Amino acid sequence: MKKNIIELRNVWKTYRMGDVDVNALRGMNFDVKKGEFVAIMGPSGSGKSTAVNMVGCLDIPTKGEVFLDGKNIAHLHESELAQIRGRKIGFIFQTFNLIHTISAKENITLAMVFQGVPVDKRNKRAEELLNKVNLSHRINHRPTEMSGGERQRVAIARALANNPDVILADEPTGNLDSKTGKMIMDFLRKLNKEDGKTIIMVTHDESLAKYADKIAHLRDGIIIKES
Amino acid sequence: MLIDYAKFAFNGIRNRKLRSWLTMIGIIIGITAVVSLISIGQGLKVAISSQFGDIGTDKLTVTASGGLGPPGTGVAKPLTKDNLEKIENVKGVKVAAGRLIGSAKVEYKDEGIFGNVASMPGGDGREIMESSFDLEAKKGRLLRDGDKRKVVLGDSIAGESMAFSGFEKKIDTGSKIMIEGEEFEVVGLLEKTGSFTVDALIFMEEDDLREVLDISNEEYNIIMIQVHPNADIKIVDEDIEKLLRKERDVKKGEEDFTVQTPQATIDQINSALFAVQLFVYIIAAISILVGGIGIMNTMFTSVLERTKDIGIMKSIGAKNSTIFTLFFIESGLIGSVGGIMGAVFGIAMATGLASVGRLLLGSELIRAEISIWLILGSIFGSFLLGTIFGVIPAIRASKLNPVDALRDAK
Ligand SMILES: Nc1ncnc2c1ncn2[C@@H]1O[C@H](COP(=O)(O)OP(=O)(O)O)[C@@H](O)[C@H]1O
Ligand SMILES: [Mg+2]
Repeated sequence: MKKNIIELRNVWKTYRMGDVDVNALRGMNFDVKKGEFVAIMGPSGSGKSTAVNMVGCLDIPTKGEVFLDGKNIAHLHESELAQIRGRKIGFIFQTFNLIHTISAKENITLAMVFQGVPVDKRNKRAEELLNKVNLSHRINHRPTEMSGGERQRVAIARALANNPDVILADEPTGNLDSKTGKMIMDFLRKLNKEDGKTIIMVTHDESLAKYADKIAHLRDGIIIKES
Repeated sequence: MLIDYAKFAFNGIRNRKLRSWLTMIGIIIGITAVVSLISIGQGLKVAISSQFGDIGTDKLTVTASGGLGPPGTGVAKPLTKDNLEKIENVKGVKVAAGRLIGSAKVEYKDEGIFGNVASMPGGDGREIMESSFDLEAKKGRLLRDGDKRKVVLGDSIAGESMAFSGFEKKIDTGSKIMIEGEEFEVVGLLEKTGSFTVDALIFMEEDDLREVLDISNEEYNIIMIQVHPNADIKIVDEDIEKLLRKERDVKKGEEDFTVQTPQATIDQINSALFAVQLFVYIIAAISILVGGIGIMNTMFTSVLERTKDIGIMKSIGAKNSTIFTLFFIESGLIGSVGGIMGAVFGIAMATGLASVGRLLLGSELIRAEISIWLILGSIFGSFLLGTIFGVIPAIRASKLNPVDALRDAK
């Protein structure tokens, strides 16, 4: 029996929109085991991104606890959260979220700069990673010179820069055509199967859910079904 | 790591070239002004001290008028031969000599200029003049007692000089020149003295000058006094002032003459220089302040434009302090680059102005005194300015919530 790498315990997230409180999460409970590939599905606005952001330390819960590797991250200081984001988490976003003014390689090395990786080491690692996602020929290109599929592969390479345990992918194929989307999914599966990365992926697409070991169905900020 | 941040910040500046340049203009102007004017001002101070330094600390100069108008302009009640004789008898006075200065039409061949003519006192007075003004003949000889219708020319008069104050044609010893229609023989050419006013003088004997310029036998423009080595120059100064007040029948505070020590003259010019410098400093300070506000504005815009990038960097592990450092370095870098450019322009402007000044006045003394500390100080100051005005935008950038920043439209 593998142990849980992620545990959400009665997590609430309330956003204040003017005078109204919006409960994006309403007491969500959720476990992910180490090495698992989990898909989160649900209608738009059901709180999928919010949940993933909690796990990724981009945001902290209004109420409840979030455990990552047994450590409660719900009450950590900003700099400790940043530390975890940098070292233990790799993000892949629907809109790629690369920095446009620097090259593919620099986008990847930047993640390592923040962790104080020495220059030759991070250059070498960035090249390896770009090679791994079949983008060796794009090393010095800027994101604006690349197709969506290429950008997302740069983002995957960047997510792997500091060799994190957990990959969080928020609708990673949402902005891609189905063929490119499948290629990205194959990469994610490979990361899960070969490298043992724990992956949480948010998706709308039933057909992508088959890549996952487990599907969590989210509605109105709470998990209504796991399968 | 700081190096990496600096590279990243530099990249940020490069990606916004036009705006970065515009931002720097205020600082560039301010630092250019500061560097060039301080350098020129220092250079002038050195030049002035060296001009007056020669006169020595044992000499006093009495002039008619308030002392600011050039002597010989005839505005003030002139000093008199009687004043001179009385001064010679003041205790502590070793030698006193009367001088006349005037301007006259001077012609050589078919070229004519208005030149400044100065009298050479006879007797002991001659030596004070020669030593005070460092007069030495580079060709021919200096004037001596009994020289009639003879002149010695200052270095910038005799041609070949870059100065605008003299003749274009070269005048050699033995040549004849016409002064107010009278013929004079050039018996000597002076060595450059280091004082551009002295270099532009034509020296002749006192009697000749009185005749040529039609000045009465009683008048003097300037009385030069050498004080006895054992005498206290301050007391001699006071005694002469007391005497002249009595002789010229004026009350204390209403003097129509001035007794000047070389130091007082230097102080006077320095304080005039200081007023000019102060004015320039104020302008420089304003443009630097405007430059600083420009940096702040640019950095705020930059934070807005890069909100998404900030969110991205936070999502891949940047701490608040990291973001702060990035923006802080960027604004410091804008400041420093502006400062470096300002320093370069300032040096260029100072040396340029100094060489124009040398051309116009024909004095090698006018130089820009560029101190390395001034340069380093202004570059460091600009860096500081950038960082100071960059603090608030950098704090704002660092405090952005990562999720909100990532949701930013761009
Ligand atoms: N920063 C925010 N401020 C206000 N409301 C928010 C914010 N983030 C999300 N929400 C709201 O919370 C709910 C869940 O959002 P989200 O987690 O993005 O949903 P999903 O990813 O499933 O589409 C939505 O109603 C959304 O409008
Ligand atoms: Mg979403």
